[in-house]
Amino acid sequence: MAVVYEKTGVLTDTPLHYCPGCTHGIIHRLVAEAIDELGIQGKTVGIAPVGCAVFAYNYFNVDMMEAAHGRAPAVATGCKRVNPDNIVFTYQGDGDLASIGAAEITHAATRGENITVIFVNNAIYGMTGGQMAPTTLPGQVTTTSPYGRDPALCGYPIRVSEMLATLDGPGYIARCSVHDVKHIMDTKKCIKKAFETQIARKGFSMVEVLSTCPTNWGMTPREALNWLEANMIPQYPLGVKKEVE
Amino acid sequence: MGQKMLMKGNEAIAEAAIQAGCRFFFGYPITPQNQIPEYMSKRLPKIEGGCFLQAESEVAAINMVYGAAGAGGRVMTSSSSPGISLKQEGISYIVGAELPCVIVNMVRGGPGLGSIQPAQSDYYQSTRGGGHGDYRMLVLAPSSVQEAVELTQTAFDLADKYRNPVLVMGDGLIGQMMEPVEMPEYKKPADLPEKTWAATGWTPSSDRERAIINSLYIDPAVLEKHVNHLYEKYAVMERTECRWQEEMTEDADYVIVAYGTTARIARSAMRKLRAEGIRAGLIRPITLWPFPNAPIAKAAEHAKAFLTVEMSMGQMVDDVRLAVDGKKPVRFFGRTGGIVPTVREIITEVEKIAKEEA
Repeated sequence: MAVVYEKTGVLTDTPLHYCPGCTHGIIHRLVAEAIDELGIQGKTVGIAPVGCAVFAYNYFNVDMMEAAHGRAPAVATGCKRVNPDNIVFTYQGDGDLASIGAAEITHAATRGENITVIFVNNAIYGMTGGQMAPTTLPGQVTTTSPYGRDPALCGYPIRVSEMLATLDGPGYIARCSVHDVKHIMDTKKCIKKAFETQIARKGFSMVEVLSTCPTNWGMTPREALNWLEANMIPQYPLGVKKEVE
Repeated sequence: MGQKMLMKGNEAIAEAAIQAGCRFFFGYPITPQNQIPEYMSKRLPKIEGGCFLQAESEVAAINMVYGAAGAGGRVMTSSSSPGISLKQEGISYIVGAELPCVIVNMVRGGPGLGSIQPAQSDYYQSTRGGGHGDYRMLVLAPSSVQEAVELTQTAFDLADKYRNPVLVMGDGLIGQMMEPVEMPEYKKPADLPEKTWAATGWTPSSDRERAIINSLYIDPAVLEKHVNHLYEKYAVMERTECRWQEEMTEDADYVIVAYGTTARIARSAMRKLRAEGIRAGLIRPITLWPFPNAPIAKAAEHAKAFLTVEMSMGQMVDDVRLAVDGKKPVRFFGRTGGIVPTVREIITEVEKIAKEEA
C-alpha cells in the first residue's frame, strides 16, 4: 500500500494529552515537521513551558528542558550561550510568555538572542482551568473575569508580536493562525522561516500562533475555530511584523 | 598564577571560578557583590567559549544558569541577599532537575532591603533549602579571601559530583576586604564523570538516551522515588562532605561556635580568654550544610557551655542546639547587618557565662 502520510520522527509516539479539538497538536506537528525538513533534529534543543504544553518534552523527539513558568527564554539563553551551534526553541503559551514571563521574552528579544520562540496564544489560561490571560479579549468571560474582561478594571490585551517588533534585536516576528487549512499551511511556512532565521544567525525569531481552547472557551471545536477567526484575528492581526533581510 | 597577590574577596572568587573552569556567568548588579560580575565581564569574553551576560533580573539570571547547566556548561551566578531571595524559585528547579552550578551569596543585612553591610542573616534560607520543596544544598562558608578561593574551586567539583547546586556563602566582608591570596591554577580531576545527561542535541541513532532536563514528576509515586533519590545524595554529602575547623576544644570549658568573618573575631576573643586563664575553644563550621554536628556533640561531653556568635539575631544557634542535644547550655550573641561583633563583646559574653556557670 502506498504511504500517503507519515508522522514525522521528530514527534515521539507518546499520545498527546491535549483536550479534544485543541490546536496544540497541530502546532506541535508543524514545529516537528519544520525541524525534520530543515534536517536539524540532531542539534535542536527545545524548552517546554509551564501551561498546557508543560509535557512538550514528552512529545518532541529532541533533547528538551522544562523551564519554570515564564522563564523559557532565559533557559534558552543559557542553553544557546553554552552551545551556540545548537538550534534552541521555546514553546510557550500566552500566560507563560505574556504575563509572568513578560520580562524574559522582552529581554531575550531585545538582546537579539539567537533562539526561536513558538508563542501559542489562545487568550486564556488553559491548564489551570480557564482563567483570564493578558491576551484575553475585552468582554471575554473566563473563570476570573466572570462578567467579561473589563478593560477599566484590568486593562487591555497585549499584542506581543507588535510590541516586540518595535525592538532592534528580533530578526523575524510573525503572527499566524491555525483555524483552517490555508492558515495552517501559512503557519508552517512561518515556523520554518523562524528556524531559518536562527540558522542564519539573524537574531531572535518568534511565531505567534492564534490557537483555540474549546474546553475553557465552552465551545465545540468547530465553534472555537469560528470564534478565533471572528474575534481573535481582528484583535490580533495576522502577518509578518518584522523581518530582517 | 601561583604567586601571592593582594586581591579583593569578590575578585578573587571570580578569578578562582575561572581557574576552576567556569566559562559562563549570568548575574545582575547588587551591592556588595558587584565586583564578581564586573570581573567576569572583563575576563570571560577574552577566554575562548566564555560568556558573561548581565541578565534583566535575578530571576532571569538563575534561569539562564539552569539552561547553561542543562547544556553541560560550567556555570555560576552571584548575588546578595535580596537577589538570592529572587533566585530561590530557580534554585529549587535546578535542584529538582539535578543540575550542577555554583551560586555565591555575599550576604547583606535584612529583612527587605535591609542594609548593604555584611551580615549572616541568610543562614536559615541557605541551609533549609530556601525555595519550595524538599531539598538541600551544600553551603560553604569561607572566613578568609584565601579560603574563599579554595572553596569556590571546590564548589564546582562538588556541584558536578552530586549534580546539585553549591552555595558559597560569604558575609559581605569576605567580598569587600583585600587580603593576600595565592591563586591556585586549577587541574580538572580525572574522576569527574562526563555530562552525558546534558541537552546538547540528540537523534535516535545517538549512543545515549534523549536528554530531558526536568523537575516535573506528576505521578506522586514517581516524585517520591525522585525525592528519595535526592535524599540519598544528601545522605552521602552528610557522611562525606562535612567540613569544620576546631581550635583548642580538647580541654575547653567554653566553646564558641562561629563561621565566616565572625569566626576570625571569635578566634581573637578565644585567645585573649585563654590568656586570662579561661579555657575557651572555637568550632568554626566551614560547611553550614551539612552542619558539623559531630565535633559539637563531642565537645558537649566535656564543655560547660557553648556560645554561638553570629551577625544575625540567631539562626545557626538552632543547629548548635540540635547538635548539643540539651546536654549543655547554648547561649547566643549576635548583632544585625553591618554591626560586626567585637572581640571585647565576645569576651564579655564568655565571662558572663563563666560567672553564671561557676
